[in-house]
Amino acid sequence: MNSRCAACKYLRRRCPSDCIFSPYFPPNDPQRFACIHRIYGASNVARMLQQLPENQRASAVDCLYYEAQCRVQDPVYGCAGIISLLYQQIHNAETEIAKTQAQIALLIDSNTQEQQVYLHQNIEVESDLNILLQEQGDEFSLLGPPNQASSGFI
Amino acid sequence: MGGTSPCASCKLLRRRCAKDCIFAPYFPSDDPQKFAIVHKVFGASNVSKMLQELPVHQRADAVNSLVYEANARMRDPVYGCVGAISYLQNQVSELQMQLAVAQAEILCIQMQQEPVIPAPAAIDEPEDKSFLLHPQYFNFASSSSSNVIPDYSLNRESVFGHDMVS
Repeated sequence: MNSRCAACKYLRRRCPSDCIFSPYFPPNDPQRFACIHRIYGASNVARMLQQLPENQRASAVDCLYYEAQCRVQDPVYGCAGIISLLYQQIHNAETEIAKTQAQIALLIDSNTQEQQVYLHQNIEVESDLNILLQEQGDEFSLLGPPNQASSGFI
Repeated sequence: MGGTSPCASCKLLRRRCAKDCIFAPYFPSDDPQKFAIVHKVFGASNVSKMLQELPVHQRADAVNSLVYEANARMRDPVYGCVGAISYLQNQVSELQMQLAVAQAEILCIQMQQEPVIPAPAAIDEPEDKSFLLHPQYFNFASSSSSNVIPDYSLNRESVFGHDMVS
């Protein structure tokens, strides 16, 4: 026994063996054709499918169904509304990335400057120490050789 | 004022363009392609039904979005607008991942910049002058363990928070 496809059931007609709709509109999912029909109409869908190679028709019907659902949910903007929203999200994400990268550059720059200041301070400490060592060395040389020093520390 | 010329819809449909033609405000006669493409994809009666179900102030936007979708369908007869949506969703996904990585990098840098007791620079200790060094300088040179930077290995899966457009 042949059960009609969802499209032919909806259209209340006989479902021929070569029905262009039947592979893509099984009888157990009447909502699928009803939604597509509401937005595109049966003859437009049939024509669109006929213009496509068979191996692409299933994908085309899936996309038509998705778009029809979008249009039913948002009768003013449909899919175009989703695309607009995605463009906005892309713009926002790019802006955030640019801001974040600027922050990173700033942090790295301030980090580098701090390191340079720190290194410079260390060099100053070392040169102060060298001066101190030299001064201490001079003091001891004034005392003469150890065996002549009055207060030799050795 | 003479008779107004029929709108693009009524020209294409070869019918009299009534004074209250629902298409006339949105399909002027100087742009026949606009209605042609919408008619090809959606059909005139479907477009008319859709417009009738909307308040007047929303109809212009609805027509523009229908034209947009019809154009997308003509350019890509299989995927139409869905192809563009899929492509843009991938872009959003990639950008969100880039943002998460950049934000994690900031955290790393900030953690590295937390105040750490600086390790004293090693002081050269020339052998002939070692007896001149004050004892406190020996302690100063010995501690170097506080200079280790913690190692944070980034796991992209753990950083990337999923909240995609559904």
